[in-house]
Amino acid sequence: MRVKAQVSMVMNLDKCIGCHTCSVTCKQVWTNRPGTEYVWFNNVETAPGQGFPRRWSDQERWKGGWELDRRGRLRLRAGGQLKKLLTIFSNPDLPTIDDYYEPFTYDYETLVEAPLGKRDPVARPHSQLTGKPMEVEWGPNWDEGLAGGLESAPKDPHLQGIEEEVRMTYEQAFMFFLPRICEHCLNPSCVASCPSGAMYKREEDGIVLVDQDKCRGWRYCVSGCPYKKVYFNHNTGKAEKCTLCYPRIEAGQPTICSETCVGRIRYLGLVLYDADRVQEAASVPDERDLLAAQRDVFLDPEDPAVREAARSAGIPEDWIEAARRSPVYDLAMRWGVALPLHPEFRTLPMVWYVPPLSPVAATLETDGYEADPDDVFGAIDNLRIPLEYLANLLTAGDVDEIRSVLRRLAAMRSYMRKREVLGETDEAVPGRVGLSGPELERMYRLLAIADYGDRYVIPQAHAELGQRLMQEQGGCGLDFEDGPGNCGAVDSRPDTSSPRVPVDGERFHLVDLLTKGGRGS
Amino acid sequence: MSAGEIFLWIIVPYVAMTTFVVGLWWRYRTDKFGWTSHSTQIFESKILGWAGPAFHYGALAAIGGHVIGLMVPKSLTEAIGMSESTYRWFSAIAGAVAGAVCVAGFVGLVYRRATDPRVRRTTSRIDIAVYFLLVVLIGLGCLMTFAHNLLTTNPYDYRDSVSEWWRSLLTFQPDVEAIEGANTVYQVHAIVAWAFWALFPFSRLVHALSIPLQYLGRPYILYRRRFAPAPGRPR
Repeated sequence: MRVKAQVSMVMNLDKCIGCHTCSVTCKQVWTNRPGTEYVWFNNVETAPGQGFPRRWSDQERWKGGWELDRRGRLRLRAGGQLKKLLTIFSNPDLPTIDDYYEPFTYDYETLVEAPLGKRDPVARPHSQLTGKPMEVEWGPNWDEGLAGGLESAPKDPHLQGIEEEVRMTYEQAFMFFLPRICEHCLNPSCVASCPSGAMYKREEDGIVLVDQDKCRGWRYCVSGCPYKKVYFNHNTGKAEKCTLCYPRIEAGQPTICSETCVGRIRYLGLVLYDADRVQEAASVPDERDLLAAQRDVFLDPEDPAVREAARSAGIPEDWIEAARRSPVYDLAMRWGVALPLHPEFRTLPMVWYVPPLSPVAATLETDGYEADPDDVFGAIDNLRIPLEYLANLLTAGDVDEIRSVLRRLAAMRSYMRKREVLGETDEAVPGRVGLSGPELERMYRLLAIADYGDRYVIPQAHAELGQRLMQEQGGCGLDFEDGPGNCGAVDSRPDTSSPRVPVDGERFHLVDLLTKGGRGS
Repeated sequence: MSAGEIFLWIIVPYVAMTTFVVGLWWRYRTDKFGWTSHSTQIFESKILGWAGPAFHYGALAAIGGHVIGLMVPKSLTEAIGMSESTYRWFSAIAGAVAGAVCVAGFVGLVYRRATDPRVRRTTSRIDIAVYFLLVVLIGLGCLMTFAHNLLTTNPYDYRDSVSEWWRSLLTFQPDVEAIEGANTVYQVHAIVAWAFWALFPFSRLVHALSIPLQYLGRPYILYRRRFAPAPGRPR
């Protein structure tokens, strides 16, 4: 068992009102620069809809993520290392700017400088790529709230294979919002696709980042990510992606998208997982077993053996405690109401979603609180949001899993409503979904009340451990995770228990000279 | 040896070589962030789809040809029993194929850069300088390969002149006589090539030194540690 900690997120889709505050604050903080005009580390798309970039989830087209080869071994869908090097001069699977949208601004000066006249002046859109006037034909959230209707929405890849006739008349239309950020996957295909080795997953908190000094702009991360959440900065010629606001996370604060979420839909917490079993879990033959396999990789922080293994892996005590209080672990594991986005991409994503239940509850509960929980259960199959749609999105097509999650959410509502409004406690309800009354109440408090301290359980990074890097001075630079190790020395590891004081005669003065010279020039 | 000859065949090469080496060192130390291929594929993918690979594979083959032609002495090919005629046809045909592929790709790339407004806007002054030098270098290179090697009854043997001079520069005993009598086209090609090498570190050509061969055989998932583990604890 090789225990690692991961900062992960759950979003409760039931509460997302599609206000885009997360996208806007994220943009202001991270991508408000030339070269990233079209980049949205966080975006909110309408489902059904084409998404951003258009039809991103269609891996027949984009070849993102992983697949199994004939012998059942995991491989990158776009091809292996040799194929990537041979096609490096033109990435065959790269989306173009028109798959996102051509970024534009307005000629605002016209408004200010127009002479007094009978007609109001009009600011025309100008391309931010060429500076020329342009017709805006697509943009972020162009199909917001089912805009474009029958022309746009049926192109949603998630609607494919749904037998049920998709209802697109306005009275019967279904719709919900899907906020998306980088998934910070356990098995990130962007990292695997990077020829330069510039992308990495941090051991401490699992955040996936791009080393801007090592990136050479080969663009395979952009096409390798099945969620299309690595972007190409056309100004710097380098890849950029959601950082999970790591400077905030390190300080124990939630990401800016979470902090500013109006609907309080986001939860941040730690999950402990066994890094040794990631590969195996991503390789299970049946796509529908991937959810269970990923849950199996997560470790129960209440298990003393897990805690001991975490300690010996160097995970600080306050992190282990934070993992025990993690809202993400509660939602994804203890209550099983959160699901990963597209588990079939085999990247083991770490941003999970509580599927939306609202439309069914609204239909049945129009008369107030008297809805029978059994009716609620029965009605789940007649949701306005087809179960198959949610299944294509969250469970690799497994409708039963979606149904059982929605039943749990419906049971929570029914149980709490009866208790709060009628003062009756129906203990049969929690039993029917395999949970206890107090557990349902805790779930209710986390999902409905959602206090700040309950939503975000983020331990601070242990910056003082950075000091220990000094003790590694003179140690073996090859002795890292999956590295060749110990430079061929006899000792398995250099003794780092006390700081090494280098003998002056052995120091390589040129390095110091160059460093000083570099600063001076 | 006139002052002009010393300048052209000794000073220019060594200044260019020094600029290349020191410039790369300086660029790597001060501008890793700017070290990139600076791809414009997200703006235009269709022409790049064939022109990019054609240009790069053609250029790589041409570079390989230069290495053989300049670095392998005539005595060595003769020692392994390769006649001058065999060598000539090998270099002429391989060079012509590489040149043709490279030119086709290059024309596509220049056309794309000139006509696509999005790509055009990204073109910097140093890019224009690089493109200019490439036009001259590739143009003269093809002229040499086709007119003086492939399609002539009297091929020019650059291995007796240009190659001798090139190797003499590397051993710091410049042999100006070898180059001063060489064919003028070859001489101009050589001088422009020095300008190219001098410009190399300051342009996006540096991405050519970042061919990511280390990707082959690398573990797919890379982890990096922000903090060191506790002393004495296993990783």
